[in-house]
Amino acid sequence: MKKEVVSDRRRFFLNMARAFGLATLGALTWSAYVDEVTASELTLRPPAALDEEDFLKTCIKCGMCVEACPFDTLSLAKPGDNKPLGTPYFTPRDIPCYMCPDIPCVPVCPTNALDITKVTKNNKLDINMAQMGVAVVDSKNCIAFWGIQCDACYRACPILGDAITIEYSKNERTGKHAFMKPVVNSDSCTGCGLCEKACVTDKAAIFVLPREVALGKVGDYYIKGWDKADEKRLEKVTSETTKTEISNRKAVDSLNDMEGLLND
Amino acid sequence: MIKNKYLIQRRVVQISILFLYVAANIWGWKVLTGNLSTSVFLEKIPLSDPYAVLQMFFSGALIASDIFIGALIIFIFYALVGGRVFCSWVCPMNIVTDLSNFLRRRLGFNQIQKRQPASRTIRYWVLGLSLLLSFILAVPAFEFISPISMLHRGIIFGIGLGWAAVLIIFLFDLFVLKNGWCGHICPLGAFYSLVGKYSLVRVEHNESKCTLCMKCKEVCPESQVLFMVGKSSEQVLSGECTNCARCVEVCDDDALNFSIRNLIEQKKQGEIK
Repeated sequence: MKKEVVSDRRRFFLNMARAFGLATLGALTWSAYVDEVTASELTLRPPAALDEEDFLKTCIKCGMCVEACPFDTLSLAKPGDNKPLGTPYFTPRDIPCYMCPDIPCVPVCPTNALDITKVTKNNKLDINMAQMGVAVVDSKNCIAFWGIQCDACYRACPILGDAITIEYSKNERTGKHAFMKPVVNSDSCTGCGLCEKACVTDKAAIFVLPREVALGKVGDYYIKGWDKADEKRLEKVTSETTKTEISNRKAVDSLNDMEGLLND
Repeated sequence: MIKNKYLIQRRVVQISILFLYVAANIWGWKVLTGNLSTSVFLEKIPLSDPYAVLQMFFSGALIASDIFIGALIIFIFYALVGGRVFCSWVCPMNIVTDLSNFLRRRLGFNQIQKRQPASRTIRYWVLGLSLLLSFILAVPAFEFISPISMLHRGIIFGIGLGWAAVLIIFLFDLFVLKNGWCGHICPLGAFYSLVGKYSLVRVEHNESKCTLCMKCKEVCPESQVLFMVGKSSEQVLSGECTNCARCVEVCDDDALNFSIRNLIEQKKQGEIK
């Protein structure tokens, strides 16, 4: 058998094709992995962090915020933590954020992934502006909802009376006791997690979730009629009505129209 | 003269840098805070990994002035001193892969598998892919899988399962491919190869002293850059040379030495355009 000589040109094309195939394979595996880790939704970030998408772009994973935190709240995600590798996060049930007034973790960030303007009001740092997450109460497993007196989370909250309030209601079962139910106000809750840390149940019945996960969103077509500021949105509104064949008639006519129903 | 002068110096530099980072985290020393991605030197001077910043740029992030300046400082430093000085004098992964390479030589694997099956240009593909993926996925793509970062971050902040990644590289280098990670795949090495292409610190080969023992080629992690050994007297000009000086200290005949690149002379000879 005669062995065919492979020309340089043919070898070049072959090698290019192989390199391209290998590169595509590598890139697919690589991007699948990156996509997987960056998709983990339940990561709590330090105060003043940018939106997750921008945060992942901007964070350079230097750990300055971790070093600055006096309570060792923050850690950088390690392999095995199932979080985007190297990015800072905290687990409130272990160590919550103690909401230092001088917020040491934020100004040290070299990339502005922790954006100091998000916690600055009138040129002064204000940790109460932080939006790390929001506390959520599992009312089925919160013993205060059972009628047992517990206000551990309420007492632990650094902005108690605002971020968490106690709602009194009559205990109909006994007829002479009150339920003292903790209620979270998501406008003021910073998601520090001190409540989650303080919760007395085996697995915390109040816990912090990222705001995008825990909160719903109302479209802008609903107006709070009792809210003057919200009602202002109606001032310059123009509306448009769609006219179709059916809408020429009144709704009542349509209801009374028995034609076709009794013909059977 | 001590035989392993440069090797000892390199380990001292590598370990001191890591120690300063660890000390900053544990005892709050302010000499070198952060890690190899971004550090602050003496509470003032920012230092950043220019490759990480480049990926951030491709991912569409706004680059803060601090890290831009930091990246520029590091970039200029390595462009002047010698590109892959980072690889051999700073990067902690170098200790792992050097150990692999040492064991390979000791156990005689290099004799069994003489011809290496993979091309050294893979790393430039990986470099290009990392930038492309950073753009497509809108996150710094290599930073999320970088075993180098896993290792140095692991040493400073706790390693988690990162040791597994390091072990994979160790075993890969030991059994699969000689200098597999640093010499073939690592895009950071590829990046610094390009940065250091015109740098000043160079190894120089003196052909008249060479006795063709080939110890330098045996020990060199990028042996292709030593193509001139025994053939002609010239400087190692490839950016892929890591300036680790293993060839310098292993040469019994003083045929290899550090030198400063002579730009003017080369310009006359028309070697640099």
